Amino acid sequence: MANDRFPSPFEIEGPEGVDGWEELYPYSVPFGEGRRDYEENRFWFWDSMHWGHAMTPFDSTFMELAIASLSQMNSRHYRIPPADGVDFRVLYGYPYLSPVAVDPEKIEARVPQFMERAGHYFMNWDELYDAWLGKVKTTIDEIESLDFSPLPEMEELSVITDGVGLGSGYALQKEYHRFKDLILQTWNYHFEFLNLGYAAYLDFFGFCKEAFPSIPDLGIAKMVAGVEVDLFRPNEELKVLAQLAVDLGIAEAFADPQTALANLGTDAGGQWLAAYEEAKDPWFNFTSGNGFYHFDKTWRDYPEIPLAYVRDYIQKIEAGEDITRPIEAIRAERDRIVEEYSEFLATDEDREAFNGKLGLARVVFPYVENHNFYIEHWTMSVVWRKIKQLGAVFAKEGMMSADDDVMYLKRDEIDEVLWDYYSNWAVNAPTAAASHWGPKIARRREIVAKMSEWSPPKALGEPPEVITEPFTIMLWGITSDSVKTWLGSEDDDSGGLTGMAASPGRVTGKARVVFTPEDVNDVEDGEILVAPITAPSWAPVFPRIQACVTDIGGMMSHAAIVCREYAVPAVTGTGFATQQIETGMTITVDGSAGTVTIDD
Amino acid sequence: MCEACPVIDWAENLPTIRSFTARRVNADMNDLIVWFDRYERSQKELVGGKNASLGEMMVAKLPVPPGFALTIDGYQQIWRDKALVDEVNVLLQGIDHADFAANMRTSDQIRAAIESVAVPEAVVAAVSEAYASLCAHCDVDDVPVAVRSSATAEDQPDASFAGQQDTFLWVRGADAVVEHVRKCWSSLFTDRAIAYRHQMGYLHQGISMSVGIQKMVDPVASGVAFTINPTNGDRTQVAIDASWGLGEAVVSGEVTPDNFLIDKVLQEIAVREISSKEVEYRLTESGVVKKLPVPDDRKSEPCLTDNEVKAVAQLARRAEKHYGCPQDVEWAIDRHLPEGENVVMLQSRPETVWSQKPRASVSKGGGDFMSSIVTTLVSPLHTRNQQAAAAETTSST
Repeated sequence: MANDRFPSPFEIEGPEGVDGWEELYPYSVPFGEGRRDYEENRFWFWDSMHWGHAMTPFDSTFMELAIASLSQMNSRHYRIPPADGVDFRVLYGYPYLSPVAVDPEKIEARVPQFMERAGHYFMNWDELYDAWLGKVKTTIDEIESLDFSPLPEMEELSVITDGVGLGSGYALQKEYHRFKDLILQTWNYHFEFLNLGYAAYLDFFGFCKEAFPSIPDLGIAKMVAGVEVDLFRPNEELKVLAQLAVDLGIAEAFADPQTALANLGTDAGGQWLAAYEEAKDPWFNFTSGNGFYHFDKTWRDYPEIPLAYVRDYIQKIEAGEDITRPIEAIRAERDRIVEEYSEFLATDEDREAFNGKLGLARVVFPYVENHNFYIEHWTMSVVWRKIKQLGAVFAKEGMMSADDDVMYLKRDEIDEVLWDYYSNWAVNAPTAAASHWGPKIARRREIVAKMSEWSPPKALGEPPEVITEPFTIMLWGITSDSVKTWLGSEDDDSGGLTGMAASPGRVTGKARVVFTPEDVNDVEDGEILVAPITAPSWAPVFPRIQACVTDIGGMMSHAAIVCREYAVPAVTGTGFATQQIETGMTITVDGSAGTVTIDD
Repeated sequence: MCEACPVIDWAENLPTIRSFTARRVNADMNDLIVWFDRYERSQKELVGGKNASLGEMMVAKLPVPPGFALTIDGYQQIWRDKALVDEVNVLLQGIDHADFAANMRTSDQIRAAIESVAVPEAVVAAVSEAYASLCAHCDVDDVPVAVRSSATAEDQPDASFAGQQDTFLWVRGADAVVEHVRKCWSSLFTDRAIAYRHQMGYLHQGISMSVGIQKMVDPVASGVAFTINPTNGDRTQVAIDASWGLGEAVVSGEVTPDNFLIDKVLQEIAVREISSKEVEYRLTESGVVKKLPVPDDRKSEPCLTDNEVKAVAQLARRAEKHYGCPQDVEWAIDRHLPEGENVVMLQSRPETVWSQKPRASVSKGGGDFMSSIVTTLVSPLHTRNQQAAAAETTSST
């Protein structure tokens, strides 16, 4: 018999030897006795789509900022009638989310507020979106310009002659405070349009489902999806660079991605390097992860990653393959799909409504598709680069033993370290950091390592009878059905998994289970990629794989979008693929039906 | 004695035959044979209604089993035989339309006369050669064929002769085919056909007969396809029921067929339910259809490959477009035809259940987009069914 509820967060037995793990996060974030009644009576799901690994204290920052920003747009800005925020907690290093529904009696009163506020955005979308792009780029520039240099032996003379009266220690603290403001600003912007974008998409989605009860979600996604999307640009730039290397006759220099850049001393090499530099900013501010972890590698900072892909593309070009994206064909196919569905509608009035809703969905959707590049990839690449600079300063000054020790501090603890640094720089005396933080950070590293080995439960607490919160369904792909599957999963040993039919086609092949971006390079031609979640920057491996299966993600998750782009069958949001499937198993993926079967 | 039917002087009164043959001094196989898949509309009066409709379907990419028509040239050539003309004229003149028994006897005599006439050599050669290439195409010696009459009335192109002429099934070998061609010709003079022409005032010599020679389908698998989802009326899907062997098993409900739902627009298989198919109707060596148990190793195997599923769906979709309304299509996968041509349509008729219901509009008379978004947010559509189900569960417990 399946259970009808998940364990309480207070019943979960965590990993061994992690006592004091709560100290790694702000006091308001872990589950705790103070709010036990409230917490035990809610439904919480682990957001493994974004946070599949245990978070270090500093990494947790972005989970907190992101979910608070998302919440704020629902509850305080647009007054989404049925949905307030999404509450968040950390349990043994992993975030659990809980959508907060609006009291049914209060929904009505929010409708006119929502219509006025969201209506303003829908009516002025393009203009506001252009402004948004400007705001984000300004924010990136500002983060980039933050100065996290070590404090000088002596202030510049100009500080004296200009009568400034303030020193570098003050400036460094100020820069860090600004950094904290800018990352919050970034995450506010991230959600400025996203929830509204999904709302418009959901409306078109609902219309299609009513008109065509059996329409696959994929059919709807295909009608809305953009053809030229910024999120695809990094990969397109790789192809251009690969073609250029072939055209310039320097293809062989790329045989070893580690040494490729050093091998380009010729004129032709210089020409290629100029093109590479041109493409690098911004397009290689592209993470091999999802942007939420300090250990994610960006293409810009680890050129061997994009260069390995360039080498793969060079091999394809030399083998006579056409690697260019058939833009016209993609566009024509999208038009065909729209036209055919439109023809199946019952009345002209329906066709008019269909066109109107599709039109709005297409106005809003470029934001939904592109924000991921601007925030998760570009901005976050810069953010991680900056905090790593600060970490390197602490290490150089002997306050910490490794550059990444800083990732084991909460964001507000860094203020204290800066004060230690500043004040003792001012006094010209030893800092206390090494002795105070050294053992604490060593212990925190141990705790995070143990939490990373642990398998967190999918969900906690009592699920609602029906999941109605639109963003839970849309963003996380969590529906009443998937909750039911999670509840019943312990009884199920049929060797089958179900999920979203995210990208069509049916294939049988060998599985390759990938947990980290590093493992992606192990994927061999013709294998089926099985991962908790894929990142858009894995796109260059998609031509190699036969199919893709993920644990979590909806129809519009990054994974689903990229899989469709590369015409790779995909089933997303299976819940347990990485637990049930092992590398080497033969599996059948049906991306049209949303099923995965383990054949041996 | 029938006063109404004019005495026929075939030689004098059939200028069309003369001019017709005169135009074709070098009458060869090209004039005698029209392959269904190369049929052109201008050939309609050469091949008759039945063959024309088979050709039309081929042209519309609704592949019926392959075959060819022997044009009316073949039939008209037999009337160069003056002795046959005289004999038939005498018999026709003796008809008393009120005397059914006598009428039947006369019919038998005319048919016997036609069936004993020597088939013109050019016709024998043309039919034999075409049949041989059909056998080669199917990679079967003496492939079984249906030999069908296909009458045409030169003055009444729309006249219905349905059911008046004979069709012969499971004919094998060139000699037998030629033999049955002659039987088709003679079937223009069944008592019913004679009486019909008499009633309608058509001239006996105004009617001509083409003959269709078409491969008998030997299905590996067969079934039905609806161009509408029969469970919810969604017109964007094709539903296929399929089982091993001939279609009887599916139609009679003796097996639980494999069931497929195919999305018309995305051209993908959305649902695939494979059942254990216990029996199949198969054609045995002796040409008899038998009900046989399905061997264990095939029972639970899908009876169609994914490509075949998609080909059947495309065929059904083309039928729907061709006829302009949702269709109920009988189809088969032929054992002998080469891959890519082996999906054949046996019959298509209008779907009757959903097609007769008024189609509900979903735009609900407009409303601005904001209120629609609010409705969607307050009750996302894909939760509405679940809510209804939950409410039902609650009320029933």
